[in-house]
Amino acid sequence: MRIQVSCFATLSRYAPTDGFLEIKEGATPIDVIDQLSIPREEVKIVFVNGQNSGKEIELQEDDRVGIFPAIGGG
Amino acid sequence: MAKLLRINSKNKKIAYEELTGPYAGLGGRGLTSRVVRREVPPACHPLSAQNKLIVAPGLLTGTTAANTGRLSVGGKSPLTGTIKESNAGGTFSQKLAKMDIMGLILEDKPDPGSPFQTLFINKDGAELIEIPEITGLGTYDASARLFEKFGTKVGIMVIGPAGENTRLASSIQFTDPRGKPSRAAGRGGLGALMGSKKIKAIVIDSEGSKAPEMADREAFKAAAKRWAEILVNHPVTGQGLPSYGTSILINIINEAGTLPTKNFRSGRFDKASDISGEKMVEFINKRKGIAREGCHAGCIIQCSQSYNDENGEYLTSGFEYETVWAFGSNLLISDIDHIAMLDRLCDDLGLDTIETGTTLAMAMEAGILPWGDGLKAIELLKRVHDPKDYLGAIIGNGTSFTAEAFGVDRVPVVKKQSLPAYDPRAAKGVGVTYATTPMGGDHTAGYAICQNILKVGGDIDPLGKEGNIEISKNLQIATAAVDATGFCLFVAFAVLDTDDSLDTIAKLISSRFGKNFTAEDIAKTGIEILKDEYSFNRDAGFTAAHDQLPDFFINEELPPHNVKWDFTAEELQKAKIEI
Repeated sequence: MRIQVSCFATLSRYAPTDGFLEIKEGATPIDVIDQLSIPREEVKIVFVNGQNSGKEIELQEDDRVGIFPAIGGG
Repeated sequence: MAKLLRINSKNKKIAYEELTGPYAGLGGRGLTSRVVRREVPPACHPLSAQNKLIVAPGLLTGTTAANTGRLSVGGKSPLTGTIKESNAGGTFSQKLAKMDIMGLILEDKPDPGSPFQTLFINKDGAELIEIPEITGLGTYDASARLFEKFGTKVGIMVIGPAGENTRLASSIQFTDPRGKPSRAAGRGGLGALMGSKKIKAIVIDSEGSKAPEMADREAFKAAAKRWAEILVNHPVTGQGLPSYGTSILINIINEAGTLPTKNFRSGRFDKASDISGEKMVEFINKRKGIAREGCHAGCIIQCSQSYNDENGEYLTSGFEYETVWAFGSNLLISDIDHIAMLDRLCDDLGLDTIETGTTLAMAMEAGILPWGDGLKAIELLKRVHDPKDYLGAIIGNGTSFTAEAFGVDRVPVVKKQSLPAYDPRAAKGVGVTYATTPMGGDHTAGYAICQNILKVGGDIDPLGKEGNIEISKNLQIATAAVDATGFCLFVAFAVLDTDDSLDTIAKLISSRFGKNFTAEDIAKTGIEILKDEYSFNRDAGFTAAHDQLPDFFINEELPPHNVKWDFTAEELQKAKIEI
């Protein structure tokens, strides 16, 4: 199934070129991180459809996943 | 001995006082709020002779401890009518501290028609002088003239045309280490308070002064070393902020669905990536600007930058997330150069960028400007230069005033101060802060975005109610204490995640002053400050009914999460300390 994936800041170089990724049924954000070869320790926050649902939630078709390193500002 | 410098703007008397009695041991926001509480009648008109403008470096400013060069500016706010502390960077604070001046108090008010004056402070004393050629100038030209006259090593605090004409959205600008007046005490219209005292600028030359000694030099050195490690080792203060500046937030706040778009109609902007920190850094590098710099000497975090225009010429610095939001997604403007020009204009006119962005949104709501039109927004903002331009006068007076002038009913303010760059419906912790801080709509006073979105210092659901009152309350106490020290608020990212950080701060204060200051005393300091502030507001006529968000947040769902604001005014009272 296909999901939408964006990677930001220092992780942007790992983003799929067209912004979409084919994943297996039952895959989680951790699987996506591994599939994109992002070092796990560099990932601080994962949003699924705009919510911080954790890295182990089962993803669904057309989900929107955002992957971030540690970020601050304000 | 630490001293206060009291300046009467009417009879020009200037007197040094020792920092004793109720002011002993105070710094930064602790001092500004205590002076306002004790010396300013809460019900006074903010532009009257009874109001005072107080400027205070923090307790640790002027020391070698990293990120301690911030400054508090206080008074009764011309914008909100509440007590106000506005916090700024720049070189001014460390120069005051080097001269062991813990506070400036500007008092009284010259007769109508009196000329503007400049206060000059050096090791020989202080005097008020007239420099007619800088009156009416923008802060860039005015500070360039002042550097010519007093030398390039001075620090400058200056208002622009907006402050001179007592516009309610006006800021006070401070020169940065490169001499650019791009650092602002932006919020609350304190530029109008300075303008009402007929003070155009304060220039400080600390050459020849001997900085105060640390009470226990070795202990201070050890604590300062550990403090620097804490900041360098944290991924936000050590890597994220230095690499991309504060606009790194655009993408994550957008992804979280809480980036206010088109005057708080949506939490997502389809062109967010065009105005992101990543994009800004790309432009800066391409145009040979500077991607990382500090607002004061001794800053490790380096979140500032010098942004050049497309010809490679300097345009602006201190170009922050809140500003990019205010003129960007808030107005549907996606051209980052237009946003940079609006930032430059605000710094030069001496206007708060957050307040001015939301003011332009009112102009768009009223049909005076088309949504998304950066060039027309620039044209309109330039009209603030001319004191006789009535539309410029309206715009310079901020969001609430402009909305009233044009009959707009979608007005994102609390206590007449505009809300900043996080929609409170989908970041409820910071929404609690907006509603309850003594400052009026303000995010820095209790930045629960840390726990709601960034997962720093905890993890609290931004869409639900649980835990958000408590976190806002605790952050408001901690922030007040941080603002008393002279620390940049961004140290909080590292402090919240590091076990020995509070002990380290306590050791810095103990060894600086030779007294026993503990981690518990930090919280006590914050509570004392909030007591001064809340009690001032109470006596100025503010009640629980003022501690609520505008009703459109309660009545309208925010996409994409389709959430409303659902705290009652009664529930919100629990976020305030008892006075």
